[in-house]
Amino acid sequence: MFDRRLLTHFDWFFILLILLVAAIGILNLFSATFSWSFAARAIHQKQIFWLLIGLSIAFLLCLFDYRHLKHWAWSLYIGSVLLLGWVQLFGKVSMGARRWIDLGFFNLQPSEVIKVVIVITLAGYFSNRSYPQGCGLPQLAVPFLLLAVPFLLILRQPDLGTALLVVFIGVTLILFVRIRFRTLLFLIMAGALTPWVGWAFLKDYQKTRIQIFLDPESDPLGAGYHIIQSKIAVGSGGFWGRGFLHGPQSQLSFLPERHTDFAFSVFAEEWGFAGCTVLLALYCLIIVWGIYIAYRASDKFGRYLAVGVIGMLFWHVVINLGMVIGLLPVVGVPLPLFSYGGTNMVTTMIGVGLLMNVSMRRFMF
Amino acid sequence: MMIAGKNRFFILTGGVVGIFLVLLLRLWNLQVIDSHRYRVQAEDNRIRYVPIHPPRGPVFDRNGELLVGNRPAFNLMALPREVEDRELLFSRLAALAGLDPATLEKNWQKGRRQPRYLPLMLANDVGWDRMELIEENAVDLTGVFIEVQPVRFYPHGDLAAHALGYLGQVAEEELQKSDFEGYRAGDFIGKSGLERGLEGYLRGEPGDHLIEVDVKGKKLRILRTREPKPGRQVHLTLDWQLQQAVENAFGNEAGGAVVVDVRNGEILAMVSRPGFNPAHFAQGISETEWLQLLRDPRFPLSNKVVHGQYPPGSTFKIVTALAALKSGLIQPDRQVFCPGEITLGNRRFRCWKQGGHGWTDFRKAIKESCDTWFYQIGFEVGIDRISAMAFALGLGQPTGVDLGGEKGGLIPTREWKRKAFREEWVDGETVNASIGQGFVLTTPLQLAVMTAAVANGGTVYRPHLVARVEDPSGEILFQETPTVRSRVEFNDRQLRAVREALVAVVNERRGTAWNSRLVGVQVAGKTGTAQVVKLKEKNLQTPNQEIPYRFRDHALFVAYAPAEKPEIAMAVVVEHGMHGSRAAAPLCQAVFARYFGATIPPRDEQSGLEGD
Repeated sequence: MFDRRLLTHFDWFFILLILLVAAIGILNLFSATFSWSFAARAIHQKQIFWLLIGLSIAFLLCLFDYRHLKHWAWSLYIGSVLLLGWVQLFGKVSMGARRWIDLGFFNLQPSEVIKVVIVITLAGYFSNRSYPQGCGLPQLAVPFLLLAVPFLLILRQPDLGTALLVVFIGVTLILFVRIRFRTLLFLIMAGALTPWVGWAFLKDYQKTRIQIFLDPESDPLGAGYHIIQSKIAVGSGGFWGRGFLHGPQSQLSFLPERHTDFAFSVFAEEWGFAGCTVLLALYCLIIVWGIYIAYRASDKFGRYLAVGVIGMLFWHVVINLGMVIGLLPVVGVPLPLFSYGGTNMVTTMIGVGLLMNVSMRRFMF
Repeated sequence: MMIAGKNRFFILTGGVVGIFLVLLLRLWNLQVIDSHRYRVQAEDNRIRYVPIHPPRGPVFDRNGELLVGNRPAFNLMALPREVEDRELLFSRLAALAGLDPATLEKNWQKGRRQPRYLPLMLANDVGWDRMELIEENAVDLTGVFIEVQPVRFYPHGDLAAHALGYLGQVAEEELQKSDFEGYRAGDFIGKSGLERGLEGYLRGEPGDHLIEVDVKGKKLRILRTREPKPGRQVHLTLDWQLQQAVENAFGNEAGGAVVVDVRNGEILAMVSRPGFNPAHFAQGISETEWLQLLRDPRFPLSNKVVHGQYPPGSTFKIVTALAALKSGLIQPDRQVFCPGEITLGNRRFRCWKQGGHGWTDFRKAIKESCDTWFYQIGFEVGIDRISAMAFALGLGQPTGVDLGGEKGGLIPTREWKRKAFREEWVDGETVNASIGQGFVLTTPLQLAVMTAAVANGGTVYRPHLVARVEDPSGEILFQETPTVRSRVEFNDRQLRAVREALVAVVNERRGTAWNSRLVGVQVAGKTGTAQVVKLKEKNLQTPNQEIPYRFRDHALFVAYAPAEKPEIAMAVVVEHGMHGSRAAAPLCQAVFARYFGATIPPRDEQSGLEGD
């Protein structure tokens, strides 16, 4: 029997918030690709299509009780890891990386799938256990192993950005689960050491990107071009911006990848600090509302699930914005709801669907 | 339990808001405090990437003769925002370089919808002389410049156009596919033939200029250039002189012809008629010309050697003969009386020759192409053996040639009939099939491969056009090796009987191809005539010349030479050519004469038995 409370508890505020940001994103894509004289079906129209697909998926995900997911967690995890392994062996190579499985109509990117699956898996894992004393190192062995396998597989593709994202998402959840103080100290130290050790394992192009991040002027025409041009675009926007469709940086094609990873630069140039403040406030509101959903969740699994999804959205937003405004190196992380791309839109909307599911069933036991 | 964890949510929220504040602070820094500095940089921003198209890879024939290359095309471009007085500019261009102001205006209007800082094309491919004139007078022509673009160039005109293929702009749907990653709208790609099949090798990698422009977008200087990587060099098995000979021999007829090396499957010539000029596609074909090509009832864009499926007619008798001899049911000395027709299974079947051939054995049946003998023998041997032999010789399936979209033809079987018509096989259909009529369909290439197999002792090679692909530096990226698709075992006696009969067709009086013999090399062959429509009693009452062109029979000829030690095999189909011996065989004669340096003897009007 259909529980009517599900409808009354449907989180309209959250979905409207998401749609508002997506609409701004699509408007921005329209501007970012305005000068492209070719392409019969414009990028922003395709993005609308992907948004509709994503919305349908989100609504479908609301139809069943999220608690069932707990039982599927392991199968989902093993399935996704197998997909990642499959990519290593048979995946499609593009731009020097092996990331895609060609499904004909669509290129599947298993590293995107694992972002959501790792959240479900860890949420399932932690919800079955309680740590009155807090988590120590021995208790963290399994979660770390769960993270390490996809991390290494994605790193090998190579896709440092996504690999780090998976770890960030996982660590966010682990920290939330309650951790012993000494263990936390140890982890912080280990985390601080990783870059020095990890440096040796980085590909040359990744090293270059980090070096150039530290000193973009050292190669203004090559790899530093992205950061410099993006900073110029953002900075020249000023307080009120250059106006919609009137950003010279964006419209004159100086900005590379301005419809994908650097979509925010276009927005910042055209809408200025005022627009950016509003947009950042909206993103912040989405995240905080997500935390609120976690807070109100009726069980541990729901809470961990919500925190994990929020972690995923949060790190995407922060890493992308940090990259675009020159706070972080260029790692190729898209801005959810803003960057053009079907895969990311679908991943984001799956997350949104899970959050709404948790939110709707907050009074059900 | 829940309350105990409440703090965690506050910490989490605090952390999130904190990090967002850091981002906002940074934005404040960039957009408010340092805004002026970045605004100045934006005004100064003069660096832009401009893509450079890579020259497509050249294609050579087997002897290194260039078949497809590139030439520079000089396009006259304009930067709309720099052009102040358009009419004055156009009249100057007209006076200086003889360009038509109306056309310039039309192209200007076409580019009107794109942003004003992007260059638009005023005239494409203006030629060397105009380019020089325009460059010399650049001072008076503000806002226009010349852009150089590599364009496909065909030194031999429309030679081998179907095998080489033509180019066209990449379609919107193609851009969405992962195969075309890295392509941009407006790029030219291979749309047919080898240009399409070898796209990955021929394209090369685009490069770019990093240029400094002024505020108006005018190019000031090139800061850095990443050179494009030209496409790979493709070497074909085609021999351009032989190709030329086949094309000349065709004249104005329509159809297809192909010459293969019987020892390895290399294709030496591949001709489809009527043809088209691939140069007209090199910069985009005009719509009128495209529609004209599409609507031509003789299908100039179709490569009939691989896309044309024709009833093989009497050339199929080679297959029926081999099936009959190999089965052991029939010996070469088997006699059948041909009175001009025969009744089998309650149906009457007519031989093409009125009055008949009289008593006929195997050799005479091939040489004079007696239908009655084959009706009787096909009836006895049965469709199963005939179709099995046809499949073994490579018919009824694609040959695997390195060209896309190849047709497989049709060899009927009982099972096929059941599936296609939900009816059982009828023996009358066997009778028709044994002379290559009825359901049987073959492509010219299949016939050539089949003939080559008879010539080389039963080996069916995969025919191919590409010999190798090389890097511009000469490194070999791909090397074709002969591939055997199947081998049919014959004993010497069976094969010798067939070969001797095929020699007789060309080299003995009363052979159907007697007038296509050569002095200096012995040719073995078989003529064929394929009915296009069944006109009952047609041959008896209507002279063929009075039948409308599109209802006339197709003329076929398959042959190999030298008969003793075969080197090449050829198949010719002349659409609506009416008789193999008159329309198709002489074509082959001309080509073989050229290849072997043999001479064509004078025609013998008395002794020839022309018809089939």
